[in-house]
Amino acid sequence: MSAATEPTLAEVCVVACAEAWRGDGEILASPIGTIPTLGARLAAMTFEPDLVYTDGDALQLAGPIPVGAAADVPKAVEAWVPFGRMFDIVWSGRRHVMMGATQIDRFGNQNIACIGPWEKPKAQLLGVRGAPGNTVNHPTSYWVPQHTSRVFVERVDCVSGVGYDRAHAAGPSANRFHEIRVVVSNKAVLDFDSPDHSMRIRSLHPGVTVDEVIENTGFPLTVPDAVPTTRLPTAEDLQIIREVLDPDNLRNAEVPV
Amino acid sequence: MTEEDVVAELSDGMTIGIGGWGSRRKPMSIVRAILRSGLKDLTVVAYGGPDVGMLCAAGKVRKAVYGFVSLDSIPLEPHFRNARQNGTIEAMELDEGMLQWGLRAAAMRVSFLPCRAGLGSAIMDINPGLRTVMSPYDDGEEYVAMPALGLDVALLHANRADARGDAQYLGNDWYFDDLFAMAAKRTFVSCERIVEPDGFAAEGPPSTIRVTRIFTDGVVEAPHGAHFTHCVPDYERDEAFQREYTATAKDPEAWAAFKAKYVDIPEADYRRLIGVAS
Repeated sequence: MSAATEPTLAEVCVVACAEAWRGDGEILASPIGTIPTLGARLAAMTFEPDLVYTDGDALQLAGPIPVGAAADVPKAVEAWVPFGRMFDIVWSGRRHVMMGATQIDRFGNQNIACIGPWEKPKAQLLGVRGAPGNTVNHPTSYWVPQHTSRVFVERVDCVSGVGYDRAHAAGPSANRFHEIRVVVSNKAVLDFDSPDHSMRIRSLHPGVTVDEVIENTGFPLTVPDAVPTTRLPTAEDLQIIREVLDPDNLRNAEVPV
Repeated sequence: MTEEDVVAELSDGMTIGIGGWGSRRKPMSIVRAILRSGLKDLTVVAYGGPDVGMLCAAGKVRKAVYGFVSLDSIPLEPHFRNARQNGTIEAMELDEGMLQWGLRAAAMRVSFLPCRAGLGSAIMDINPGLRTVMSPYDDGEEYVAMPALGLDVALLHANRADARGDAQYLGNDWYFDDLFAMAAKRTFVSCERIVEPDGFAAEGPPSTIRVTRIFTDGVVEAPHGAHFTHCVPDYERDEAFQREYTATAKDPEAWAAFKAKYVDIPEADYRRLIGVAS
């Protein structure tokens, strides 16, 4: 690859997020944040053509628009998804969301609600939002732009998204449709493909070592004998990301080079 | 009606639902009228935005029931944050889907509706009153029994309404305004413009008339009544004003000055201040 087509870390992360939706078929991809949004639209434009996505609001799109596009940019609208219908889709299971995480633990319990005790938080954050319902109704993935032991913690302060241990403890109705697919960070892709569904390193982004991930994670990780490198963007991926989906380069604001 | 007429129908301790979503199509002119009043100890039920934030800042809220409280382009509502972090309000925090389910239960006059959302999450710990229910059928399922969220009053802001209280929504989402109306004993609608009943057709198809007068009790004509939240397609959010509002959470004097300038004045003066007076 020539220097001009060398992928940036942000572009590696976009492709890693896109891969989260591989095999999902005709379901709604709901990405939160710039990199996941680019990932979902890239997946739909390349290897997952039936994937459904919206403008981030009430319109389901038949063709891609750039991230950060103005509200009045022309859109090919194939369906109408107001929030009431969005909840219907969540509860139907035909959705795979990628949310952020202020904190996430070894079994994939996620916190976006607050820091400190919920009763009187040190910092009120977003609240649990849709995370409790998302995680027990359909596949959920997470995007963490800064992989540190402040995010990957032993214990989260307020379980917003439900992890494997808590879903199991809550019984079959919580477990039935529960799946945490992957956690994509700026260092690695992690999953829960281990005997006790604890977090495992699936792949490392180029130049990142296992030790670096372990040092920046606040709990023990499962590490396979051989850890592959995260799939790199193809020339087509890069062209789509750079020219179609993110001509204004918003991706580098979320993951600095 | 005027905003003041709506406030005259409210009383201390009431449970008030507010339509819209985040910083989108909130009945802000009625909220400002509540701030000017002596009302107190309110329970506010909402997909919250600056409505909840301003009511908290003014000390009107005893309890907030919410799926979230956010300004959208500014994710964290600053006055709501202060209220939570200082422990000045009681809170019932719910998954977003559970909130609509509680309104739906109230609208159906049943005591609860089952759902999967909430199971395994902190929702069950931080709301110790929440119960689960076993399926009476032979499937072994156990669900959250989301209790009905009955409202004394719902306050909505629509794009258009007729004088009898049918309300028209011209944006891409009416959010849960219809559910708020159906969950409430009484509902008051503010709108950008009152039209004759035969005037809806010129604005949009019948499917945009989302709230029927069966569920409403009064209409306020409030041009720019949702400002500074958005009320598309009539107007976008006033982001500069929202930033000015957000900055007032840093110290009580800044909030007092904001309140004196923008809240403790007649609505006609407010419209002149924001530059939309006709």
